Amino acid sequence: MNSFNLSYLRQLESESIDIMREVAAEFKNPVMLYSVGKDSSVMVRLAQKAFYPGRIPFPLMHVDTGYKFPEMYKFRDEFCKKIDATLIVERNEQWIARGCHPLKMGVDKCCSYLKTGALLDALRKHGFDAAIGGARREEEKSRAKERVFSLRDSFGQWDPKNQRPELWDIYNTRVNEDESMRVFPLSNWTEKDIWQYIKIENIPVVPIYFAQEREVIVRNGILIPVYPGLTGLEDANGKIVQEKTKKIICRFRSLGCIPCTGAIASKAVTFDEIISEVRAATKSERENRVIDLTSDSSMEQKKKEGYF
Amino acid sequence: MPTGEKSLLRFVTTGSVDDGKSTLIGRLLYETKSIFEDQYMAIEKTSKKKGLKEVELAYLLDGLAAEREQGITIDVAYRYFETEKRKFIITDSPGHVQYTKNMVTGASKADCAVILIDARNGVLTQSKRHGFLISLLQIPHLIVAVNKMDIVDYSQDVFTRIVEEYKDYSQKLDIHDIIFIPVSALKGDNVAVKSKKMPWYEGATLLHNLENLNVSADRNLVDFRFPVQYVLRPNANFRGFAGKVVSGTISPSEEVVALPSGKITSIKAINTYDGELTEAFAPQSVVLTLNDEIDVSRGDMIVRKKNLPLIENSLEAIVCWMDDEPMTINSSFIMKHTTRSVRASVKSIVYKIDVNTLHRQRAERFLLNDIGRVEIKLAAPIFFDLYKINHATGRFILIDPLTNKTVAAGMIRDAARHVEDYVSAETEEGVKQKKSPHTVWRDHHIGLAEREKQSGHKAVVLWFTGLSGSGKSTVAMELERRLFEHGCKTVMLDGDIIRHGLCSDLAFSVADRKENIRRAGETAKLFFEHGHIVLCTFISPFKEDRNFVRKLFDSGRFVEIYVNCPIDECQRRDPNGLYEKARSGKISGFTGIDSPYEAPEQPEILIDTRAFPLDKCVDVIEAYLTKHKVVYQSNK
Repeated sequence: MNSFNLSYLRQLESESIDIMREVAAEFKNPVMLYSVGKDSSVMVRLAQKAFYPGRIPFPLMHVDTGYKFPEMYKFRDEFCKKIDATLIVERNEQWIARGCHPLKMGVDKCCSYLKTGALLDALRKHGFDAAIGGARREEEKSRAKERVFSLRDSFGQWDPKNQRPELWDIYNTRVNEDESMRVFPLSNWTEKDIWQYIKIENIPVVPIYFAQEREVIVRNGILIPVYPGLTGLEDANGKIVQEKTKKIICRFRSLGCIPCTGAIASKAVTFDEIISEVRAATKSERENRVIDLTSDSSMEQKKKEGYF
Repeated sequence: MPTGEKSLLRFVTTGSVDDGKSTLIGRLLYETKSIFEDQYMAIEKTSKKKGLKEVELAYLLDGLAAEREQGITIDVAYRYFETEKRKFIITDSPGHVQYTKNMVTGASKADCAVILIDARNGVLTQSKRHGFLISLLQIPHLIVAVNKMDIVDYSQDVFTRIVEEYKDYSQKLDIHDIIFIPVSALKGDNVAVKSKKMPWYEGATLLHNLENLNVSADRNLVDFRFPVQYVLRPNANFRGFAGKVVSGTISPSEEVVALPSGKITSIKAINTYDGELTEAFAPQSVVLTLNDEIDVSRGDMIVRKKNLPLIENSLEAIVCWMDDEPMTINSSFIMKHTTRSVRASVKSIVYKIDVNTLHRQRAERFLLNDIGRVEIKLAAPIFFDLYKINHATGRFILIDPLTNKTVAAGMIRDAARHVEDYVSAETEEGVKQKKSPHTVWRDHHIGLAEREKQSGHKAVVLWFTGLSGSGKSTVAMELERRLFEHGCKTVMLDGDIIRHGLCSDLAFSVADRKENIRRAGETAKLFFEHGHIVLCTFISPFKEDRNFVRKLFDSGRFVEIYVNCPIDECQRRDPNGLYEKARSGKISGFTGIDSPYEAPEQPEILIDTRAFPLDKCVDVIEAYLTKHKVVYQSNK
């Protein structure tokens, strides 16, 4: 490395740290949304760096649907304890109790109640004025249009046509009483960057990102993992109805709720193997996320309603 | 090269509607294998739904439903790709007239700009406008991609014509590195692969250029500036200042000063999660600890003792207005500059720039997308450098305190009016070397007010215009003699003398006359700023050119003197035999013979050299100067 030259990963790191410090300095009651995935893991590491040797000055909040992978819950609790972070878990108990499930209500409605609704309720309940999220512009085309500091109205809604200009690295953090800010410190990171960074920083991630043999159902080319009681395709005894299950060596490229997250066939068991796989990928990382596929504008619609 | 060591290039792409920008980006992504199948399938589906025969690559970029509906790009979008050498962030900026705001937003972070020009259409106003904005934002590198070469049969002539035309225009701008590439985004010529269709083009492909631009030299590594962002106090033993080194470098034990307190201390350590550093440099985010317990909080700035920024509560800046509500004088804002937010108000509008012609205009207010120079007053001082010297500390945003909207982007041109340079994008030489802000700040600048106090008179520009032979020089020389004898500091800029030296490269075409007057005006300004009474005698036949000079000065500082004399009398005088030569066709473009003279409509002073003798004419001017307190009784 030349003198005074920062590699691109260190440039991205510095930019993200700068953004998080700006949030901590300018908002009264910020929170970091923690979804347990790889991006969250990176975000937490960046927050640790931003405030070292101090503690992360805001809580982490996991908006849980109850449908996450068991490995995710285990990882979440151990990880947060280990790094001494304050963890808040919020769920839309009312709709979880009513058995809200994508196969029963449709993907859009289920997401709307269990994710968007739960998130908005939780932000209101705690009075958070800024929520830091791990969304990246590369992930999806409406996200490519999002500002780093993205203003939301009192209903948590995004108005894509009326965004504040965002100039240089000077962020307008001002919000009115009933508005709030979503902040995306990973805006300029790509999936490749995330894995590279996880590798060089040796950041812990949920083990199901790595390949192992899993029981799955193959539907429309998507490998849906079988988790008794959670997949929603089984009868009272936990037996899968209609469709046949298969054992396939696979891994998860991105993590969401079990019924809506497909695995991909893969043998990658190390960071390097994952990185080469991501490099060679011909499909985007959200290929296995049922939530983005309903229409060309589905993500934009969700974001307008308050989703991340 | 290990991936983590790759360098980063942020570039902005812009062009007019249908220049093929989306296709070009699509091509770049495609050639670098950055388009995913499922993304492609999603836009394929949309394209089919719209009844299109081919897949519209633009949909890949137009992320909003409204954009796909209307087939236009509304907002800035970001794209990412990488090659073996570099990682790239593309800011895709809409080219529509009404979206200058987004262009500025998109371009603000870029190291390089790629402007697309449709080979069939040539250089449009839009392409010029984009160049102007790029120059204004001081983006260090510009690539002009002349697209759709396939449609013009890969014609070298077409390409050369566009290059010449754009070069001609860009000379007026502050752009130093400009590369022209003939491409066909559709067919892939010269995008990532060298075209076989254009053997006459010897340069490299677009991608090759993007991969090899040297951007590390564009940073300011001289002036250490550390705006304090957040104070870390995890326990009683640790007090650290978190922030980003926005420019320069710093090491432990170096002596520093905290602004605004002015307290001097030294760096104890540079702390990071990964251990202490022996040196920090831009743009690293670090934590500094200091050897003395001094009061430092967010919004303060830590700098080297011997390299201070400007510390002022008024400044002049070029602002781009981005709000639907117009900006008016005295409106009040919050300025966010580095990590500091202060109350600000626009004290005056110096001028507005017509981005199509680059002319400066008087303006009472700025509308959405207007750009110009304003004077800003601040409720508390900020610590800044000129944008030209240090981007990071020379820029700011204005926020409307009522709506909280970001209403303007600003680039600081100067500290305060009395040391103004009035240099704008259209005339600025690219002073790239980094001045020591210390010298800029106090040592070398004697303000105009101070100079005027010492010389005992005001500085003013007396602009004599009139036909050749009307008596401009004669009147001016007599006036200068009188002023000189009263002890005034005077300078005379005579059209003929200037044309022998400074403007000896210029002829008498409209464009050359314009340039001649521009140079004269700028020269007058230099003397003016040093407290002189500047007497300029130029035929200056065109109103527009005279007004250009007028706008370089505050009102009252530029006095237009119309030396009126009928042409037949001038011809009769013909002191240099020029009318004779013009009539016999030996010289052409001579004012009054075969080139027009546009008489001033409202000159400050009008004198008639045929009706009145020389003494009387000079008396009239002298009376004016006394009345307007340019010269005081003590001078006389």
